[in-house]
Amino acid sequence: MTVSTPRDLFPGALEMMILESLRRQPAHGYALVQHIQQRSNNLLQVEEGSLYPALQRLLKSKLVKAEWGVSSTNRKVRTYQITAAGLRHLEEQISSFERMFEGIALVLNPGKAATS
Amino acid sequence: MNWIPDIFRRRKLYDDLSEEIRLHIEERTEQLMADGMSRHEAEQAARRAFGNRTLLEERSREVWQWPRLESIWADVRFALRQLRRSPGFTLAAIVTLALAIGANAVVFSVMNAFILRPLNVPHAESFFALQHGVGDVANQSYPDYLDLRDCNRGFDDLVAYNIVQSGLDAGGDPSTIWIEEASGNYFDALGLQPFLGHVFHAGDEHGPNSAPYIVLTYAYWHTHFQDDRGVVGRVVRLNKHPFTIIGVAPKDFRGTLLFFNPDVFVPIVNHPLLGANELSARGDRWVFEIMGHLRAGVTSAQAVADLNSIGASLERAYPKDEGKMTFVLTRPNLYGDFLGRPVRAFMTGLMLLAGLILLAACANLGSLFAARAADRSREVALRLALGAGRKRILRGVFTEAVLISLAGGAVGLTCSAVLLRALSAWQPFPRWPLHLAVNPDARVYGVAVLLALISGLLFGAVPVRQVLRTSPYEVVKSGSNRVAGRRMIARDLLLVVQIAICSVLVTSSMVAVRGLARSLRADFGFDVQNNLLAETDLIMAGYSPDRVPAMQKRMIDALQAMPGVESVGLTDSLPLGAGAGKSIVFTDNTTNLKPSSVVADAFVFNISPEYLRAAGTALLSGRAFTWQDDKSSPRVAVVNAEFARRVFGSMNNAIGRYYKMRDGTRVEVVGLAEDGKYGGLNEDPQPAMFLPILQSPSNSTILVVRSRRDPQLLAAAMRSELRQLDAGLPVFIETRDKPMAVLMFGPRMATVALGILGAMGGMLSITGIFGMAAYSVSKRLKELGIRVALGAGRKEVLRAALGRAVKLLALGSVAGLLLGILASRVLAFIVYQATPRDPFVLTGVVLAMALLGLLATWIPAQRALSIDPLVLLREE
Repeated sequence: MTVSTPRDLFPGALEMMILESLRRQPAHGYALVQHIQQRSNNLLQVEEGSLYPALQRLLKSKLVKAEWGVSSTNRKVRTYQITAAGLRHLEEQISSFERMFEGIALVLNPGKAATS
Repeated sequence: MNWIPDIFRRRKLYDDLSEEIRLHIEERTEQLMADGMSRHEAEQAARRAFGNRTLLEERSREVWQWPRLESIWADVRFALRQLRRSPGFTLAAIVTLALAIGANAVVFSVMNAFILRPLNVPHAESFFALQHGVGDVANQSYPDYLDLRDCNRGFDDLVAYNIVQSGLDAGGDPSTIWIEEASGNYFDALGLQPFLGHVFHAGDEHGPNSAPYIVLTYAYWHTHFQDDRGVVGRVVRLNKHPFTIIGVAPKDFRGTLLFFNPDVFVPIVNHPLLGANELSARGDRWVFEIMGHLRAGVTSAQAVADLNSIGASLERAYPKDEGKMTFVLTRPNLYGDFLGRPVRAFMTGLMLLAGLILLAACANLGSLFAARAADRSREVALRLALGAGRKRILRGVFTEAVLISLAGGAVGLTCSAVLLRALSAWQPFPRWPLHLAVNPDARVYGVAVLLALISGLLFGAVPVRQVLRTSPYEVVKSGSNRVAGRRMIARDLLLVVQIAICSVLVTSSMVAVRGLARSLRADFGFDVQNNLLAETDLIMAGYSPDRVPAMQKRMIDALQAMPGVESVGLTDSLPLGAGAGKSIVFTDNTTNLKPSSVVADAFVFNISPEYLRAAGTALLSGRAFTWQDDKSSPRVAVVNAEFARRVFGSMNNAIGRYYKMRDGTRVEVVGLAEDGKYGGLNEDPQPAMFLPILQSPSNSTILVVRSRRDPQLLAAAMRSELRQLDAGLPVFIETRDKPMAVLMFGPRMATVALGILGAMGGMLSITGIFGMAAYSVSKRLKELGIRVALGAGRKEVLRAALGRAVKLLALGSVAGLLLGILASRVLAFIVYQATPRDPFVLTGVVLAMALLGLLATWIPAQRALSIDPLVLLREE
């Protein structure tokens, strides 16, 4: 079950971003896509539908939970919300991602100190 | 364990997911419309932005599945659908495999029952029987047994047993039963507890006839005493002597001889009452077998060395009674090597042949599969183009193959179980309590399933190469895989292999038949036709040994007086029946009667004067006996030609010369009889001597009645005559050929088994050739039609259509014939003196294969010949 995003997002990147977005605010699938594209200044071109396998994985691991409801614009939507376990998982993922990023930066630019 | 509720929620999850995706696309559409696109454009753009909806939805669903298991299950369902769509192929495949696996299951089950399964006594691995170092027999004398038991240091304890028949009177009708006479320590040494009551122990033995106890076998208690628990303590009569029933043996214990089921156990010290040998005769080897558990820590070699040293000391102590006394250890299941060796050899050979059948079936199915795959090359190409992996397609092919093989295996196993059950219930000879307990057990089922799986993988692997090399582009373009010359070769090879195997099987069947025919044609030295036998045992009926001769004479006279009876003779044992005894003889001028100066070991028949005439044994010179040759007259004998050759050097002038019996008695030869067969059908010429019954009496009594009357009527008349003489005398009447059935059992079974395997091989070949021929004709109809239109004659059409098939048939037959000749060693295990180089056999095989080829190609040939080019070329 590989994440088949066409970009070189490493496995787990999409889940991490979804969790972070949900941490700020519960949202449904469409809103999440909008949010991610906006926040990344359109640097990340994510296929809209590729969110859904990731969402299902998060649902299965009980890192988020989903509920049918009605949105502010009177649409029927399935809203996702992060769980406590999801929060913990997100903390871990972010810290390990930052460590990895620092390591890569050091290798690419040995003299320059990593920006935190 | 949290996947259990997931299964139930899955339906809802999938629905939620679909709904969600639909709403997403809708939302995007509306937003694009709000930006100014038309509905149609907005919908298209939204769908494109979303991505491959089907794939994404499938990927999302996969999160909740075990994809590997699910896809395997999907493969199975698909394979079932495919198989259902071509019922002819499926049925043919299942039947073929069922036959092959069924045959293997039957053979393996028999092998399992006789060779692989240990005896059903505790610690069977350390349980051995004592067999003579030379020759494959195990009989000993009772005093020797006692010495071996008391002096040996390698065994925990040694038990002895013997088998006799006896008359049982339990208050109802008197009947004959089979008794296993066992030493007192039998049950204790074997570690068996009685099912009911008690068993006898070593402490019960106080000398001859001192322990009149009976232990019933469970089966006999069940059938003849109807599970009556009050049977313990009842007194019954054996040979008119009272015995007490003290218990019932454990439930599934039928003695240590695998195929022989005695009715009761009796202490062996009672043998003088039941079998008329004395316990103290050291030279009289009537004890059937001695067995025991090896002591812990003692190896077989040490035990044998110990036994040999005891044997050597016995030889020194009793030079007149003991010959060379050495031992080997064997398994008692099949009476050591006597039956063990030939049975093992036969079963191994049979197992090999059954394996060959399975291989042939796999080859058959492999070529069928390859043809089928070729037909579905279009479908395979399409699937490859749509993105299926080749591994996935191969998995589908193997799934089909394994499904077929499991189905075929199940059918074959069921049929074989039925056959084996029938075989177990069958009693081949009514005279003897022989049973073949060959019911299948867990090991047999396991092996059958394993064979099914392996065959499935084998023939499923045949189209693999084809599938792997399918080029989707080519196939879709041209409509079918190009007929590459190489692809044909794999299928052809399979067919050749199949035919070779079949002709090996046909060769072996022919060899078996020839062997059997040859044995039967041999001159037996007596007549089989027009002879009835009346067998009785006077000791069983309670006659004391001194009353026996008078009764025997009365019986002979009574039967002789019957109308239609030409002559009546009496003998104590039958040539080519069981139980013919042998005795050593010395030349007349031997003074030192040691075992080393023995000149011949001859068969001994104690007969009445009329016997030679009644049995149809020709007298070459001299005279037969008269009733004057009795205890008060000089000892005389009639010997056969082989005896004369061995003892006197030549057949001539044997009359009037003397020889010495084992105890030194001088006997004069008064008559010379023809040679014959005495011990086995395929033995070398054996010496035999006939002694007058008044000079060497015997209690065992077989009356040979020569008459041309209808056997049924005559038997009834004989029975009533004998009953008038003594109503309580148990008599067994049968025709002369029946006792030989025991000896013929082996070769007959071998011929039947090989015949069946040969027939199966033939059927497989026919289907193989037919399949190939039919396939090739149907594929090349168009080409053949063009040939006919261009003016090809019938012969040319046939050659084009069937040439390849016939060529392969010839190639396979020759290969198989050569293999069969080379494998005559293996065949010799199964059939005595197998000679595949016999011209009869060779001609037979060639004819058989030609006939098979003719049968198989008949229908395709007709089809090829009836091609109407106009019809063919019009339809495409």
